Amino acid sequence: MSASDTATTHGARDHARAQAAAVERFSRTVPAGDPEVLWRETVEGGNYATRVLPRGARLTLRDPEGDTSVQLLVFNHHHRAERLNVPDTVKVQWQAYLGAGRLLLSDMGRVLMSVEADSSAGHDTFNAMSNRAWNDAKYGGGAVHASAPNARDRFAVALAKEGLGRRDIGASVNLFKPVFVEPDGSFTWRGSTPQPGAAVVLRADMDVLVALTVTPHVLDPRPRYTVSPLEISAVTGLPAAADDPIRMATPEAGRAFENTDDWLLTRRLHTDEQGAS
Amino acid sequence: MTGSGRVVHEETVEARAPWSHVVLAGQSLRIVDLEGNQAVDFLLYAADDPVERYSAADTMSAQGNVYLTTGSVLRSNEGNPMMTLTASTVERHDTVGGACSRESNSLRYGHHTNHQHACVDNFLLEHVSRDMGKRDMVANINFFMNVPVEPDGSLGIVDGISAPGLYVELRAEMDVIVVVSNCPQINNPCNGFAPSPVRMIVTEPA
Repeated sequence: MSASDTATTHGARDHARAQAAAVERFSRTVPAGDPEVLWRETVEGGNYATRVLPRGARLTLRDPEGDTSVQLLVFNHHHRAERLNVPDTVKVQWQAYLGAGRLLLSDMGRVLMSVEADSSAGHDTFNAMSNRAWNDAKYGGGAVHASAPNARDRFAVALAKEGLGRRDIGASVNLFKPVFVEPDGSFTWRGSTPQPGAAVVLRADMDVLVALTVTPHVLDPRPRYTVSPLEISAVTGLPAAADDPIRMATPEAGRAFENTDDWLLTRRLHTDEQGAS
Repeated sequence: MTGSGRVVHEETVEARAPWSHVVLAGQSLRIVDLEGNQAVDFLLYAADDPVERYSAADTMSAQGNVYLTTGSVLRSNEGNPMMTLTASTVERHDTVGGACSRESNSLRYGHHTNHQHACVDNFLLEHVSRDMGKRDMVANINFFMNVPVEPDGSLGIVDGISAPGLYVELRAEMDVIVVVSNCPQINNPCNGFAPSPVRMIVTEPA
């Protein structure tokens, strides 16, 4: 359209409405469609997404082109001071590397989400999300409006919309880009093998707020800001059963689910008082 | 006890106790492990704007290694240097293991340990006295604590490598609020199963 098409309010309105017909590669299906589908979105490299998911939901994060890189934060939706604690996640499970069967633990000794399935080559629990200084130095243009948006400022905006702020950006888990820790403590980057179609399925073990950014891993050795899109889908599902294999796998996991069940007891009392579902 | 500089503050932190103190840019803090193998859980906040605080992840990424040792630069969540380890008579320190809490103790050692004192309670007490709170609790350093990461990813707190009188010295690169929990843990070897006092000595260049 030429500039003159938007010289009047009616012209500007028609111009605005015409844009909704565009089918973008990076799109959201709003609402998702089938009743059991909670979320369907493809996030381009450099961007972010947030969503509240109910207990039992299955969140699938898929790497369609094989070069995505995701930084993930998780909060208790009803008590957002409770959030992902990466040190507890690795220490309680006696394991540095995330994969199928592992828990994402909160700082209150409860299970936020479980990794139900994982076809990726691995993840990273130690390294930073990028910040403005890191991306400015590495790529130039690390601001969110520039060519190499940094994860930390993306999270600041994403969380601000949820009533949170920069204080709430803790350590993330970094998905799809494995990093190995050598015996001397040094990092070895293992994120260069393309893995198109790799997917991680996370089960929400309480009502959670999920926030994620799709930005290059800080150790990615490529000099250019390179990250392929993330395909997100989430569906409703049943919560972990009493004999759930992830719950039963270790004594630590068992107690983490016991603590979660204990919290859910009081949560149910609360919702009954409110007359909510 | 310090190698150089004028002592501006000196204090012994009792076993199991919290502690916090402002260290100005250019000053140094020496932490002395008086009786040996006493984990000192440690956080930093920028005195001017505590939203900028220690980031274990930024520190590890910038130095390419999970262990802290002489020369390690402790970085903030914005990537800025907060303190530098100018000396350490212990080979390495931990920043992946986090702080013990009543809640994580219940997972690791059983629900009965939920009533034992823990580092997060120490940190939160110092936080609320400085107008901060739970949202300001982030992944910390554990000086004098030994957490190996094995090739299969196995990771855990094992017997310490510190000894009586060993120390770490940190130079402040900005004005920082140092917040410490002198770890009260008795269920793993991080304190040799017997929490003990540590000495804090702040100096400035002579």
